[in-house]
Amino acid sequence: MDTLLPAFENMVKSASDWMRLTLDAPSTRAVVFGVPIGGHLFLEGLLFVVILFLLSQKSYKPPKRPLTKKEIDELCDEWVPDSLIPSIADEMKYEPPVLESAAGPHTMINGKDVVNFTSANYLGLLGNEKLLDSCTKALEKYGVGSCGPRGFYGTIDVHLDCEAKIAKFLGTSDSILYSYGLSTMFSIIPAFCKKGDIVVVDEGVHWGIQNGLHLSRSTIVYFKHNDMESLQITLEKITQDNKRAKKLRRYIIVEAVYQNSGQISPLDEIIMLKEKYRYRVILDESNSFGVLGSSGRGLTEHCNVPIEKVDIITAAMGHALATEGGFCTGSSRVIDHQRLSSSGYVFSASLPPYLASAAITAIDVLEENPDLITTLKKNIAFIHKGLSDVQNLQILSDPQSPVVFLGLKKSTGSLKGDLQVLEDIADRVLKEHSIFVSTSKRSTLDKCKLPAGIRLSVSAAHTESDLMKACESFKSVTAEKFSAQ
Amino acid sequence: MITIPYLTALTTYFSYGLLFAFGQMRDFFRNIVDWWSNSTLQGYAPICLGLEDFYIRRLYLRIQDCFNRPISSPPDAWFDVVERVSNDNNKTLKRTTKVHRCLNLGSYNYLGFAASDEYCTPRVIESLKKFSPSTCSTRVDGGTTTLHAELEECVANFVGKPAAIVFGMGYATNSAILPVLIGKGGLIISDSLNHNSIVNGARGSGATVRVFQHNTPYHLEKVLREQIAEGQPRTHRPWKKIMVVVEGIYSMEGELCKFPEIVSICKKYKAYVYLDEAHSIGAIGKTGRGVCELLGVDTADVDIMMGTFTKSFGSCGGYIAGSKELIQYLKYTCPAHLYATSISPPAAQQIMSAVKVILGEDGSSRGAQKLARIRENSNFFRSELQKMGFEVLGDNDSPVMPVMLYNPAKIPAFSRECLKRNVAVVTVAFPATPLLLARARICISAAHSREDLIKALEVISNVGDMVGIKYFPAEPKKQQLEGDS
Repeated sequence: MDTLLPAFENMVKSASDWMRLTLDAPSTRAVVFGVPIGGHLFLEGLLFVVILFLLSQKSYKPPKRPLTKKEIDELCDEWVPDSLIPSIADEMKYEPPVLESAAGPHTMINGKDVVNFTSANYLGLLGNEKLLDSCTKALEKYGVGSCGPRGFYGTIDVHLDCEAKIAKFLGTSDSILYSYGLSTMFSIIPAFCKKGDIVVVDEGVHWGIQNGLHLSRSTIVYFKHNDMESLQITLEKITQDNKRAKKLRRYIIVEAVYQNSGQISPLDEIIMLKEKYRYRVILDESNSFGVLGSSGRGLTEHCNVPIEKVDIITAAMGHALATEGGFCTGSSRVIDHQRLSSSGYVFSASLPPYLASAAITAIDVLEENPDLITTLKKNIAFIHKGLSDVQNLQILSDPQSPVVFLGLKKSTGSLKGDLQVLEDIADRVLKEHSIFVSTSKRSTLDKCKLPAGIRLSVSAAHTESDLMKACESFKSVTAEKFSAQ
Repeated sequence: MITIPYLTALTTYFSYGLLFAFGQMRDFFRNIVDWWSNSTLQGYAPICLGLEDFYIRRLYLRIQDCFNRPISSPPDAWFDVVERVSNDNNKTLKRTTKVHRCLNLGSYNYLGFAASDEYCTPRVIESLKKFSPSTCSTRVDGGTTTLHAELEECVANFVGKPAAIVFGMGYATNSAILPVLIGKGGLIISDSLNHNSIVNGARGSGATVRVFQHNTPYHLEKVLREQIAEGQPRTHRPWKKIMVVVEGIYSMEGELCKFPEIVSICKKYKAYVYLDEAHSIGAIGKTGRGVCELLGVDTADVDIMMGTFTKSFGSCGGYIAGSKELIQYLKYTCPAHLYATSISPPAAQQIMSAVKVILGEDGSSRGAQKLARIRENSNFFRSELQKMGFEVLGDNDSPVMPVMLYNPAKIPAFSRECLKRNVAVVTVAFPATPLLLARARICISAAHSREDLIKALEVISNVGDMVGIKYFPAEPKKQQLEGDS
């Protein structure tokens, strides 16, 4: 600093000397039309001329040489696209077993009667006489399809009845039907979550939710699978990091019973966190509707949470209700918004009326026979106990979940390797013991990183001997398989 | 291209301006009232926001009785429209028990398979009894029955491709397939008026999306040349693959795709062709095989053929047809195959039976008659409408004919007045069309008799005079005008 200051002073001084010299030059003291031209005016005039000169110059631009037609032609000729699909490897040639009869608790494969654990027919309503009756009547009255989206005469009175029935059953103010279970979530999420909104999601959610999140373009934050501590840390961090967070819409998206693991969400804790940090909750009840709770009203009943506390509830009807499609339920504001903003609702043909009428009847049956749920719970407990000591396999799912998820105790190190082992077991169980189970196959688009497993969907229609047989067969197949290694 | 008359454009803008101003004014007073009564949702951002919500509340709700009209019968040539009443200025509508028998000009019931059919319905009910309404499982697990296998073979044969895969919903078919086939580094060139399911699928894929002017092959070529020469944005690496997505019949325009030209351009530039035949399959072509048959394109030149069963076949679901390897790959990794409930067995049976009728395999000539009928009906109706001076969009042979309305006030006027005279038409406004281009859409069916059509024309002509939508002078000056454009 000490040396800099004098140097600076020197410089200023020499500059001012030089200035004075210029200003004192004879030309600057000229008088034009009686006005003495001060030195500074002369300088400014000079500056102005320089600026004019610079402005008149063309700025430098690299010469533009657009591609000629010939060059583009060559480029087009040269371009070689990838093939539409990768070459087919052996593992891609998997053909699932073909059922020769309805996918009930027992079904026919290759002329053999097998016990079916792949069908999420939790209440055993598949093939129920009352359901078949109502379907037949609806088919005779309305035909099969609805031939139009809901907006354009695709709304048939059974759709409205079904929506009212679901809302009444769950105690919400309104509900809305979707024509496909998978499309329910990926339509609802983009309808409510837009760019800039914050969505906190469990990392184990199924593809429908993942796709919805991708389409919504919101800011997505994942928390550890079914880990409330991780959820809290995530919420806390977002609130602290983002000062604007309070003005954005914030959502927590969870599944009641996870398709990918069979874990059950602790809804009471989530509601506590949601209220503390002021988030809205979107809950997927696909695997819990009709199953959890004393009367089958789902996770809210199971956790004793008033249903109004959950802002948006969705479920696929292709599970416990033994029909197809999906629904969303909540406040009328939430539902009405979807009727014009949810792409899967607006732009798709409506649910075939016979499937809507089957859903109405299914809920009727459920209300009339609460013992279905007791039987189901008994069956779940039974199989859970029976499968708890299978060699090298462990149950990853919740003891109350209707999806029993069997994973490897010792992973082979890769998802693919695990799946290979599990598929082998599933195959042998089917071929040797006529027990039909499925493995958790994953699409290459699926970002879920949870371990692979064998999935058993327990039904109220399974008899004790079916369940016993399943447990026995797993024990004997794994014993054989792992002792051979 | 639709050229909106100058005066009409002015009045349309004025109408929307007026609606907007009044809406804002009402919102202003609403906000004052809300400000007095404290909200309970403090700390939450509003769940519905922005112009979208404004549009619903202040514009759509005023005329919501023109949409979502419930019916209480199959969507056949004539159907029962349920009357609704509102006690709060159209904010909510209540169903009554009163019905009106109306002529149906709205449903996509092109071949008249919507109602119960002498050949299809008994077979559908039989399959319902055998296979139940649902499988409650995904195709890859335990949701493949013999019906599904048969259906895939039947569809592949019908559309003229080696293999096919079916899904339970048409919308999900597009939005779940595109991400499988193309991803980052790929380019999707999409027609500017493609259906929302394609738009969502393209967005979900992560590929770059470029749009070409609606149905304009030379613009497609321009875009293709530019893109191949430029490569990927910023990095300028060559594209991995390019997929051109077009529809057979554009449902909001009634236009046939200029498919032969587009296919030859794609061939020249090595782009893959994805054809969505949602509206055209079954409805056009000599034997109902869609746009390829009608316009003489070899199906071998189309890489991916997609279509839905909702329309002509009176069922639900969608398909993809293509090479054996393509289908194998899709079965290995497509999320809709892996995670979604398989198509309902009775719906599958309906499709197969409908195809049999179309091909005359049921032992009657009903299918051929239906196809001839829809062609005659469509061309008769279109030419009559044009003679009357309506602005009708679309091509000959297409069963979809939009009639331009433009002004927002004419939407409810046209719809309500037609309904009063027992003709049910669909009016389409934003968001399904651009704001200025509101229209009424008429879908002709093979189930309509000549008397039905004459009655409909009479009503539409009267209402058209009343509402003032005959934008062209009536015959014979009409022909001159057409020659000019």
